[in-house]
Amino acid sequence: MSAKNVLSLLSLSKRFGTTLANDQVTLDLKRGEILALLGENGAGKTTLMNMLFGHYLPDEGSILISNAEDKMVPLTPGHPQAALAAGIGMVHQHFTLAENLTALENITLGSEPLWALGTNKVKVREKIEKIIKRSGLKVDLNVAVGRLSVGEKQRVEILKALYRDAKILVLDEPTAVLTPQEADLLFKNIQAMTLDGLSVIFISHKLREVLEFSHRIVVLRNGKKVGEILTCDADEKIIANMMVGEDAKVLKRTKLKVGQSLLSLSAITLKGNSLRNSLSDISLVVHEHEVLGVAGVSGNGQSVLAELISGLSFPNLGEIKIGSNRIDKPSPMAMISAGIGRIPEDRHRDGIVGSMTVAENAILESLNDPRVQRFGFLRQEAMTDYAEKLCEAYDVRGPGVRFPARLLSGGNIQKLILARVFEKLPSLILANQPTRGLDLGAASDVERRLLDARNRGAGVILISEDLDEILRLSDRIMVMYSGELKEVSSRNREEIGMLMAGKNK
Amino acid sequence: MMDIFNILISESFWAASLRISTPLIFGVLGALLCEKSGVLNLGIEGIFVAGAMSGWLAVWLGAGLLGGVMVAALTGALFGLIHAILTIPLGLSQHVSGLGVTLFATSISYFIYRTALPNVTSPPRIEPFRPIDLPIISDLPFFGPVFGQQTAMTWLALLMVLVVWYVLYRTPLGTAIQAVGDNPNSVDAQGLSVYALRVGAVVAGSSLMALGGAFLTMSAFDAFFFGMVNGRGWICIALVIFASWRPGKALLGALLFGAFDALQVRLQTEVGSFVPGQVFLMAPYLLSIVALIVAARRADYPRALLVPWFKGER
Ligand SMILES: Nc1ncnc2c1ncn2[C@@H]1O[C@H](COP(=O)(O)OP(=O)(O)OP(=O)(O)O)[C@@H](O)[C@H]1O
Ligand SMILES: [Mg+2]
Repeated sequence: MSAKNVLSLLSLSKRFGTTLANDQVTLDLKRGEILALLGENGAGKTTLMNMLFGHYLPDEGSILISNAEDKMVPLTPGHPQAALAAGIGMVHQHFTLAENLTALENITLGSEPLWALGTNKVKVREKIEKIIKRSGLKVDLNVAVGRLSVGEKQRVEILKALYRDAKILVLDEPTAVLTPQEADLLFKNIQAMTLDGLSVIFISHKLREVLEFSHRIVVLRNGKKVGEILTCDADEKIIANMMVGEDAKVLKRTKLKVGQSLLSLSAITLKGNSLRNSLSDISLVVHEHEVLGVAGVSGNGQSVLAELISGLSFPNLGEIKIGSNRIDKPSPMAMISAGIGRIPEDRHRDGIVGSMTVAENAILESLNDPRVQRFGFLRQEAMTDYAEKLCEAYDVRGPGVRFPARLLSGGNIQKLILARVFEKLPSLILANQPTRGLDLGAASDVERRLLDARNRGAGVILISEDLDEILRLSDRIMVMYSGELKEVSSRNREEIGMLMAGKNK
Repeated sequence: MMDIFNILISESFWAASLRISTPLIFGVLGALLCEKSGVLNLGIEGIFVAGAMSGWLAVWLGAGLLGGVMVAALTGALFGLIHAILTIPLGLSQHVSGLGVTLFATSISYFIYRTALPNVTSPPRIEPFRPIDLPIISDLPFFGPVFGQQTAMTWLALLMVLVVWYVLYRTPLGTAIQAVGDNPNSVDAQGLSVYALRVGAVVAGSSLMALGGAFLTMSAFDAFFFGMVNGRGWICIALVIFASWRPGKALLGALLFGAFDALQVRLQTEVGSFVPGQVFLMAPYLLSIVALIVAARRADYPRALLVPWFKGER
């Protein structure tokens, strides 16, 4: 590997109100190198990359980037346009997609002169299709992005950066919503591209991929760079230690005798507007003291299944029973009052109201709770207290409960939603990708809480693409593929993986 | 019943419908453009007045009809710019700013009119746009009389439908406008300026609105008088929803409304003796409410409509 630097961040600092999100962070990137940026939720990883890309103006420090003649020149701060022109491509942690446009339009957005009288769609499509072939990131280019699954949206995001011929690629948790297979494929392709001189910085909470694909690891904690290590010298233990200063805990699932049935779906058929939104003749039961794992690649009907159980969609055929009561008219209210707590997949859209304060979001689903409400009026003080305790207990870190929830870092938003759900002691928890985007500590914390809920008698439906997570937590496992749901008795990774890909041996 | 049928097949009825629709076509296109970029422009009613007054005044002062159209468009752009600055970089409430622009534009137009012409009792007249005789079309049965009686401004309005449609759905600029109205971050992340796109769309949209006003004084009538806009701007705001933010449907909505209005006038003269005239005056508005109820349920509005965006914040 040539040892030439292509990028240097020189003591960058950024402060938001009282939070010092980045404190004098210095970092170099070499040509062809894959650098992994690690840290707990809220450590400041996204902030650092946002300064690099020009979304945020650094309070202090500067950025140098190599130009065409291989000289290091300063990058105009605060201008994404300048960053793009200098060859930086960024995949953001949260989607930056226009949902009313097609994937193709999203990818080409901003790459052509605005005043052109038309676009040469044929040529553009050819170029994109070439990139798709090279990178293995398959998406339907003609469908409005709003109708794609989260995994597909993520692929569009990465294609956007590749389309701009980036020479430095920044990926903020690119695999949080990808399946293990997709993630591996993505990294293999990225590795291949680094041979042509692409340099990569990626943020991830998944140590497996960090150890497998990166060359060097940089760890942030509380906005400071606290460590740097060559990947060949690192292992999970060392990294976990650098990140949190302690070793990760191991989970244990004890066998329990299951109780009565909490929810049963029998022979449900739901015809959605497309195949990915349909269910064909599925049945499932969840009992007390039981975690039912639903494994599968996202986009195979999981979102409708989740909607169905949250009361947002209605089946065309089949029967839903809660306990022994038949539900004729499913509605979100009916489901919530039946004690179903849900952890939604798209937490920005369905989970929180970004403009409302953290405290308001914390009580959003318990507005009738006398702890926060009296005679129909919210008790501000009590609410704040309650929210503060909640944030403390669930380790939600951020600027404070009186600030809008959108200011929280991605992982902390997730923790806030979890806190809200667990706090109500639901009898059934619908957890749709609950640990996506959480750091190691937080993820194992969530897993522990799900198991705790099960141990106290709740049922859990765990929808996840992370097979390891399913295997760790589930008492029974079902696999979802193309709108169908099959129970598997085996606990063999390979075998379940095959079923997830739709291959029946 | 026979009466209505006779009216519906008469050429003059359709010619009138098209004429009445013209200002609405301009207005609804303008409002659509603003809203597609994520900004509601309730300044429309006042911008109509300002366009009507300034276009007329320019012609009266001798600028010529084409000059009048340009002046009106510029006036609209100016008021659009005020609204844009208040709501886009400053992020003020779009409702409040829009209503403010309407009040301001209306009163300053009246003020200028009064100052320019302090001592007139009957509004002075100008020579308005004349109907254009198109060679082949005028000779067609039915179509000839319907389209043969329209002025250049009606043709311009119809042309603008095509232009707006083409720009929105066939050019990179249009893609960017649609994107900024759905999710400003998408545009920001691709290195385009959210502010510039939105300001541009609002300014351009406001010019179109002003042309709707100018049509009133320079084509439909030949003078400016107070209260002549008479709620047309508000109708356009409703029509955008009816049209579900699509230019083609916007044209349809404007035509429908124009047709109701034309029908209303005719019915009033036919059966006016049994039914109070106000019922007919009310009819187009009632029908547009009904149409809204039917259409708006399916409307897919721009997701970022009314939501301010600031650089460097999340
Ligand atoms: N625009 C902003 N305004 C106010 N506070 C902010 C803003 N952006 C980030 N912060 C705060 O800065 C800190 C760092 O956030 P950042 O998003 O960089 O974390 P992260 O390391 O990416 O975490 P995660 O793994 O959860 O995504 C957090 O405490 C966050 O609340
Ligand atoms: Mg982040």
